[in-house]
Amino acid sequence: MTEQLHEIRLTVNGAAHELRVPARRLLSDALRHDLGLTGTHVGCEHGVCGACTVLLDGAPTRACLVLAVTAADHEITTVEGLTEPDGSLGPVQQAFAECHGLQCGFCTPGFLTTIHAGLRDNPSPTHEEAREMVAGNLCRCTGYQNIVKAVERAAALRQAQGPAGQAQGPAGQGQVERS
Amino acid sequence: MGQPVQRVEDQRFLRGLGRYVDDVDTGPGTLHAAVLRSPHAHARILDIDVEAVLDLDGVHAVYTHDDLTGPMAEPLPLLIPHPALTHGRTQHALAKDEVNYVGEAIAFVVADDRYVAEDAVARIVVTYDVLPPVVGLEAARAGERLVHDDVPGNLAARLEQEVGDARAAIAAAPHRLELDLTIERSACMPLEGRGTVARWEPDLDRLQLWTSTQTSTGVRAAVAVKLGLDLGQVDVITPDVGGGFGVKVVHPWPEELLVPYAARALGRPVKFTEDRREHFISSAHERGQVQHVEVGFDDDGRVLGLDVEFWHDNGAYTPYGLIVPIITSTQLLGPYKPGAYRVVFESLYTNTVIVTPYRGAGRPQGCYAMERTMDAVAAYLGKDRTEVRAANFIQPDEFPYDHGLVFQDGRELEYDSGDYPASLEKLKELVGWDDFPAYQREMAAQGRRVGIGLACYVEGTGVGPYEGAHVHVETSGKVKVATGLTTQGQGHATVFAQLVADELGVRFEDVEVVTGDTRRMPYAVGTYASRAAVMSGSAVHLAARRAKEKALRIAADALEADPADLQIVDGVVSVKGAPDSAIDLGTVSVLSNPLRYAFDEASKAATQFSVGDNSLPPVPEDEEPGLEGKDFYSPPRATFASGMHAVIVETDPETAEVTILKYAVVHDCGHLINPMIVEGQIHGGVAQGIGGALYERMAYDESGQLLNASFMDFLMPYVTEIPDGIDIDHLETPSPLNPLGIKGAGEAGVIPSAAVFAAAIEDAEGLAIRAMPISPSDLHTLRLSQEHPR
Ligand code: FES
Ligand code: FES
Repeated sequence: MTEQLHEIRLTVNGAAHELRVPARRLLSDALRHDLGLTGTHVGCEHGVCGACTVLLDGAPTRACLVLAVTAADHEITTVEGLTEPDGSLGPVQQAFAECHGLQCGFCTPGFLTTIHAGLRDNPSPTHEEAREMVAGNLCRCTGYQNIVKAVERAAALRQAQGPAGQAQGPAGQGQVERS
Repeated sequence: MGQPVQRVEDQRFLRGLGRYVDDVDTGPGTLHAAVLRSPHAHARILDIDVEAVLDLDGVHAVYTHDDLTGPMAEPLPLLIPHPALTHGRTQHALAKDEVNYVGEAIAFVVADDRYVAEDAVARIVVTYDVLPPVVGLEAARAGERLVHDDVPGNLAARLEQEVGDARAAIAAAPHRLELDLTIERSACMPLEGRGTVARWEPDLDRLQLWTSTQTSTGVRAAVAVKLGLDLGQVDVITPDVGGGFGVKVVHPWPEELLVPYAARALGRPVKFTEDRREHFISSAHERGQVQHVEVGFDDDGRVLGLDVEFWHDNGAYTPYGLIVPIITSTQLLGPYKPGAYRVVFESLYTNTVIVTPYRGAGRPQGCYAMERTMDAVAAYLGKDRTEVRAANFIQPDEFPYDHGLVFQDGRELEYDSGDYPASLEKLKELVGWDDFPAYQREMAAQGRRVGIGLACYVEGTGVGPYEGAHVHVETSGKVKVATGLTTQGQGHATVFAQLVADELGVRFEDVEVVTGDTRRMPYAVGTYASRAAVMSGSAVHLAARRAKEKALRIAADALEADPADLQIVDGVVSVKGAPDSAIDLGTVSVLSNPLRYAFDEASKAATQFSVGDNSLPPVPEDEEPGLEGKDFYSPPRATFASGMHAVIVETDPETAEVTILKYAVVHDCGHLINPMIVEGQIHGGVAQGIGGALYERMAYDESGQLLNASFMDFLMPYVTEIPDGIDIDHLETPSPLNPLGIKGAGEAGVIPSAAVFAAAIEDAEGLAIRAMPISPSDLHTLRLSQEHPR
């Protein structure tokens, strides 16, 4: 029994990748193991913990619940894509560093992508909204106190950056890599 | 030291560049493993048919117990033997003839990828003779069914300790009470499960193993023994670890042996990554106990005699010995000094997942027993709960305080330092204890039920035997530090760098710390028992001091000064008061290593025609080349941290839901290396404690199936379950046992949770709480049983 492979193009952080995958291959596995983007983590593989959250056309999506073939021809942003083109930390990442919003770091990529999208849609959340923004992700280490602080700090950092800093423009747009 | 320095490890984590075990890339030839696990809690294996697997495309190997030879075919090690553990049992890497819990490993398949490996697992046909299982402590104690045929009464161990004559003291006391308590199972549940990757290097005749562990040296020794390799042929590298909380200190897990076994046999790298369901049914749980307490006390609530019996569910096997119940039985005493104390426990087998330490490791259960007792005494006497506690505290002038018991490390249970009355005062202030009754009346007038509870604990941290550290100043002036214990999110790369920067006199940014890599530090024990800061922190400090002393000796020669007149600031050695007379540490490092060959500008200074007194050996006697320092820290006994928590809850009269209105923590872990990290540890512990007290349990049915083996059904707290703000106050009573005066902090946050919530809910409801965790439906049932007693 040889599995049928499908040719797909995944556009991740602005770079297009062509790969051949079986229909059942999860997007989380394709990102991590076919493309080597291991920043996306798998904590449960059943859609509850949120560690695998990526942005699919900008919308937070659990990569463990999406087949790679389904994600073809959509724009995917992973945690690796949140870093500024010059290599410095983006505002949400910077806020996590300042507020000690992570310990083991395993849940962190899912929080970062979720908050990145959350602040794009609601740039100045109230305290309650900041808590709600992270209410779908599990963290076993931090007790969430500093994650909520980091949401608020990230909002402040984004505001200080002004509109230019808030623009989404991962490097490498348009290039195609083969994996 | 003492500064909230931002963590260096975050830079890679935040960019998605962490390297967790499943991220380790051993190349396209890597094979992936999956495990066939028992669907039955108790069964004899009559036959395993792997025929259908072998011709499956992409499958490289399938192993069952019959395929294992030599030490691999023997049971897994019993890691911590104890004389009282008369009937210790461990499982095999792959089940031999019998399975004893749902999830026990039976067959191991290696294939091109995990998908194919799982396909193959599904095709293996096992014929079982299903046996009646023993589930729960009641069934275990009844002993009608046995988990292991050769263990009568399911009794793995019975251990008794007594100081004074507790039963006589109780009989003679003015007042007496008895309590029956239960506490259920939960589990560590790190967000990253277990995982192992191995590569056999035929050219070097050695094994490289990456594993998500809390003890790389432990795994190394176990793998070497099981695979028949010399220790020197095995490198264990702990990559970034996505949380541990105790479960990853157990070793070797079957997969930690089977992965390298297969990698060597197949000549290809092999990877195993546990999935979440596997973590629920094949890693470890903790906490389940039934307790019976008898206490005798005087009119002030002073405990004259305390007699505790408890039954500990150790699951199907005892690889980690009796550590959890021993800790319960000793740490139960907390900050108190009963007149006489007797404790006896039975550790019992059940057909469920093994029980090994989970953050707190038996202390939450002990704290629960003791604090429920204190509350019961106060209620009986009509006294304030803080007064009864204060009447029983060990006083600040009584340290060191020897309880006359033997602790989990085989050493006497002797507290080194503490100030419990001061902690209590701080806590009362922080939570508003004295104002609470008025608030409670005010709320009651509005038809709202609120309650307050408090709980105190003492935690033996930083147990031996030892840890070591190696500090190397490179010729660039950069400082490379290695310590052998592992890191699961505690920020060791930051705090140990802080310690080195302080002691050596270098810039924090120039220090790089590696943990859990046996290539860099082969002598180490592991990260458990809140010991990393105390043990490796002290070792790192001592090693840095040795490097510093050596640097000063060499610099003194070069600067023609007395070492006592030198100082090191920001990596530059200079004569105090004469800043022009200076040499940087990189140059000192160059000079420390006399060379024949120059490889760059700096090293020219150390070649044989440039340096040294011709009449002396290039490396002085009693010295070694290189600017390094290595040292070990091995304390006589543990250091005892302490703390007190208080919580105010509101219970819904209709739905019985429990809402947390305020959570307050007073914490004393001696001197703080990095207060930001310590507070983070407390936050995380409190959140885990809330989960354990109100939401989490392992729901086994009577056939031994775990009904809630997913994050969908096992209710780990989200942010919505955790209070918005945790009030923390610190007391810093230094430990006299180590050079930094520090005590461990990792587990503390979780210890008093079951006790403190039981107390607060009891206060809100006016109902005796004797079983934890407590869900809204449990509370509802309890209310009904009081309204309509049967
Ligand atoms: S791994 Fe996808 S939600 Fe947990
Ligand atoms: S930082 Fe470890 S799970 Fe969130």
